[in-house]
Amino acid sequence: MTLYMLSVHSSEDAAPEPMTNEEMQQSHQQLGSLEKEMKSSGAWVFSGRLHEPETATVVRMSEGKVMTTDGPFAESREHLGGFYIIEAGNLDAALALASRVTAAIRTPIEVRPFTDESGA
Amino acid sequence: MSPGPDRLLDEAAVGRIFREESGRSVAALIRLFGDIDVAEDAVQEAFAVALSRWPGDGLPPNPGGWIVTTARNRAVDRLRREARGRELLGEVAVLSPGTPDPGLPEEEGRVQDDRLRLIFTCCHPALSTEAHVALTLRLLCGLSTREVARCFLVAEHAMAVRLVRAKRKIKAARIPYRVPADRELPDRLRSVLVVVYLVYTAGLNGPPEAGLCREAIRLARILATLMPDEPEVAGLLALLLLTESRRASRTRPDGSLALLGEQDRGRWDHALIEEGQAIVRRCLHRNQPGVYQIQAAINAVHADAATFEQTDWSQIVALYDQLLAVAPTPVVALNRAVAVGEVDGPAAALALVDELPLDGYHPFHATRADLLRRLGRTSEAAAAYERAAAMAPTDAERDFLRLGGRASR
Repeated sequence: MTLYMLSVHSSEDAAPEPMTNEEMQQSHQQLGSLEKEMKSSGAWVFSGRLHEPETATVVRMSEGKVMTTDGPFAESREHLGGFYIIEAGNLDAALALASRVTAAIRTPIEVRPFTDESGA
Repeated sequence: MSPGPDRLLDEAAVGRIFREESGRSVAALIRLFGDIDVAEDAVQEAFAVALSRWPGDGLPPNPGGWIVTTARNRAVDRLRREARGRELLGEVAVLSPGTPDPGLPEEEGRVQDDRLRLIFTCCHPALSTEAHVALTLRLLCGLSTREVARCFLVAEHAMAVRLVRAKRKIKAARIPYRVPADRELPDRLRSVLVVVYLVYTAGLNGPPEAGLCREAIRLARILATLMPDEPEVAGLLALLLLTESRRASRTRPDGSLALLGEQDRGRWDHALIEEGQAIVRRCLHRNQPGVYQIQAAINAVHADAATFEQTDWSQIVALYDQLLAVAPTPVVALNRAVAVGEVDGPAAALALVDELPLDGYHPFHATRADLLRRLGRTSEAAAAYERAAAMAPTDAERDFLRLGGRASR
C-alpha cells in the first residue's frame, strides 16, 4: 500500500464557475458519501480544508533568528485549498478516487505519492 | 548440447535475437521482481552471457526462455549480495510458489501477457507522451538509450534523464503493472496505439538505420495477436503495413521525396499490401469503424489503383467524410480537400483549404501551393511553396518544396 496526497489547488485566475445553491448541495452530498466510502474501505487517512491564503503566516530562519511574516509562502496565484491523504494499492486506485473528488468539486486535484519512510 | 555448424552464431545474430527477445524477457522479469531496473540489468547481463556462450555452444532450443531463466538466476544472485535486494527477494519468494519457471515453453501465454502489461505501464496516462515513446522503445523494443535519443534528435544525456525520471515515477507513484480493466481499456488503448503510430512516423522521418518502422510494425503485430478483439488494433496494423508497402518508393534515388502520384507503383511491396488489405476487409466486415481502420481503408483504396489516375477518388472522399465524422480535425479536413480536388477539381479544393486554421502547418501551405499551381496562379503558388519550405521539418521535403514541388503528374 502507498500513501498519496490528493491536493486541491485553487487558482485565482482559473476559478471555476460559481455553483448554484442546488449544485453546492449536490457537491456536498457527493463528497460526503465519497468520504464515507473511503473511510469504510480503509482508504481515508486524513483530510482537511484550509482557510484562505491570507490567513497564513510564514516563519523562517534569517541570519540565525526566526522571522515571522504575514501572508502565504509563495507569491503565486495558486494555493492549496485542502487535501486528502489516502492509502491505495496503486496509482490507478488513487486516481479513481481523485477523479471522483474533482468531479464533485470541479477543481483540479494533484495526486502525489508519499515516500516509503512516511508514517502511518 | 551439441552445436551443429548451422547453429554457430556471431555477434550480429545475437544482436538480432536481442531485438526480438529483450522486450519479452524484460517484461517477464518485471513481473518476477516488480522492479524495472532490476529487470533491465538482469536481461542485459543474460545477453552478455549469451554473447560469450552461444557462438561456441550454439543456439539453445528456446533462446527467449534461456534468456529469461539466465536473467532470473543472475538477478537472484545479485540481489542476495545486497541488503535491499534481500528485502526484495523476500517479496518475490511470496510470489514465487504459484509462478512456474518462466523459461518453460508452456509459459508462452503468460509471458506474452507480460508484454501487454508492460506496454500499458509504459503508456500510462500519468506519464507524458515523450516518456511513453521513450519507455516503449527502451523496454519493449530493446533500443539503447543512445539509439532512442538519436531517433528523436535529443542528446543522449537528456534522454537518459527522461527515462530515469519516468521509471522513478512508475516506482514511486506505483503505476501498476497490469492490463487495464474493460471499462478503462478504450481510453488506455488509445494512448498505446498513439505511441506505436508515433514510433512509426518517427521512423519515416528519422534515420532509416534506427529501424523504427520495423519496430512499430512488430509492436502492432504483438498487440494484434494479444488483443484480437480490438478492431482499432487491427486497423493500426493494417495502416502501418499499407504505409510500409510504399516506404521504399517514397524517396527518389537522390533522397528527395516522391509524391503518391509520382511513385513507381511497381516498387510497392505487394505482400504487405495483400496482408494489409485482408485486415481491412476483416475490419469492414466487423463494422466497428475507428480512426485507424478508416485510414487503413483509405490506404487500401490507394493500393488498389494501378496508376494514380485510376484511383477511386470518390471512394476516398467518402472515407474521409467518415473519418471527419469521428475525428473532426483541420488536418483530416485538409486531406479530405485534397481528395475532393481529384474529384471536383482544384478550385473546389482550394475553397475548402482556405477555410482551414492551419497557418502553422507546412502541408497546408504545400497543398495550397499545389492547388494554386494547377489553377495557373503561378506567383501565389510560388509564395505558398516558399512558406511551406520554410517550415518543412526535413531537408528532403524542403528541397522538394523549393523546387516548386516540381511540375508533378
